[in-house]
Amino acid sequence: MHNPHPGLPELDYVKPASLEEASRFLVEHAGEARPFLGGTDCIVRIRDGAWTAKYMVDVKGLEGMKDLSFDPQKGLTIGAAVPMNKVAADPAVQQHYPGLVEACHWVASYQLRSRATIVGNICNASPAGDTIGASILYGGVLRVFGPQGFREVPLDGFFKGPGKTTLQPGDIAASISFPLSHPQHACRYLKLGRNKLGDLAIVGVTVMAVPARTPSGYHFGIVLASVAPVPLRAAAAEAILESKEIDEAVIAEAAQAAMDGCKPINDTRGGAAYRKQMVRNLTRNGLMDVWTKVRK
Amino acid sequence: MSYHRITLKVNGSLEVVDISGNMTLLQMLREKLALTGTKNGCASGECGACTVLMNGDAVNSCMVLAAECDGAEIITVEGLAKNGEMDVVQKTLVDLGAVQCGFCTPGVLISARALLNRNPHPTEFEIRDALSGNLCRCTGYNRIVEAVKVAAEIEGQEGA
Repeated sequence: MHNPHPGLPELDYVKPASLEEASRFLVEHAGEARPFLGGTDCIVRIRDGAWTAKYMVDVKGLEGMKDLSFDPQKGLTIGAAVPMNKVAADPAVQQHYPGLVEACHWVASYQLRSRATIVGNICNASPAGDTIGASILYGGVLRVFGPQGFREVPLDGFFKGPGKTTLQPGDIAASISFPLSHPQHACRYLKLGRNKLGDLAIVGVTVMAVPARTPSGYHFGIVLASVAPVPLRAAAAEAILESKEIDEAVIAEAAQAAMDGCKPINDTRGGAAYRKQMVRNLTRNGLMDVWTKVRK
Repeated sequence: MSYHRITLKVNGSLEVVDISGNMTLLQMLREKLALTGTKNGCASGECGACTVLMNGDAVNSCMVLAAECDGAEIITVEGLAKNGEMDVVQKTLVDLGAVQCGFCTPGVLISARALLNRNPHPTEFEIRDALSGNLCRCTGYNRIVEAVKVAAEIEGQEGA
């Protein structure tokens, strides 16, 4: 049993004045410096010894990091240091990206969400990250500042394993942008934890339906959390929904395909067999929800 | 290790504090400013005993580096009472017997204050949701929730 202790190991707090300075520092101290946003993951992991860091590089104050902007033509941009509570309380996000609001709401507690950020959740690349599924399905693209300047990094292919992404030392994710959502879309995040609020996901399922030219008239997206080393796109399930007219039987078939397509592990939160069945059930429930909603 | 001199406002008074890079806001409040009302429970953002207001938002002070607080405004449980008069959430928790061992109470009070500041008329679900990050092993929560409900009613009447 881990013995909670308030003390962090010795480390330096560094607050660079610009992205260039921050990136240079992270390159020069690769392996011993970490960019840090809300700190809700890294403070715990550094204290527990799971991560080592000689330097915590506070990038929250850098240009654009705290900005949240919505443009009815271009879509939404969320600075890397914008806390989840601010995202979830924003009227434009509530109207155009309700799935993102719902996902934020399922993260830990209010206090945690005063500090936790969506970009941090993505960059920590936990397979259980609650806001990752919605970020993928809304087409999120990270804007990353690195030694060569800014570049855009789509989330497709970004995750390489638990805690592993394509980011390199010196890279700082500065913001995430989402294209304008379809006004008739529906998105749900269904999460199973050991209690109703606050726990990490045993299984999390994000589903989305967007009007499209398919036999059913809709395009469906499904992302599964906590059932693979990375957030998992349920591709086989999506393919079934893409090719058929939708009814309860087809939704059940897709949910079964989602279950068959994942290989979760046994851990303290849940067993693999249980997780698989919950993937099926939550996927079915989520698809029924969005299917009912988009047809209204 | 880096050392920093930071200036911040704590419960309305300006403080200049020398801290090390690895010190948390919780440690600074308790060990440098002797504000021991804020409790250290789990030190990992789970229990909420260390909740304080940072620039108006409820945060777990165990998860904030003191060095980040340069220029910040912090309110701890010691700062809730005004001119010797308890805050309404303090009064109702006492009056309705929502305190047993008391260890979680400072965090509960701050979370409740933060809730009523942003949402003066919360539903029962909203109260439970807002307090979900404050674990209490004694009361079974019902009296705490009831006390926050009554505090909202009293404040609503006072504001009307």
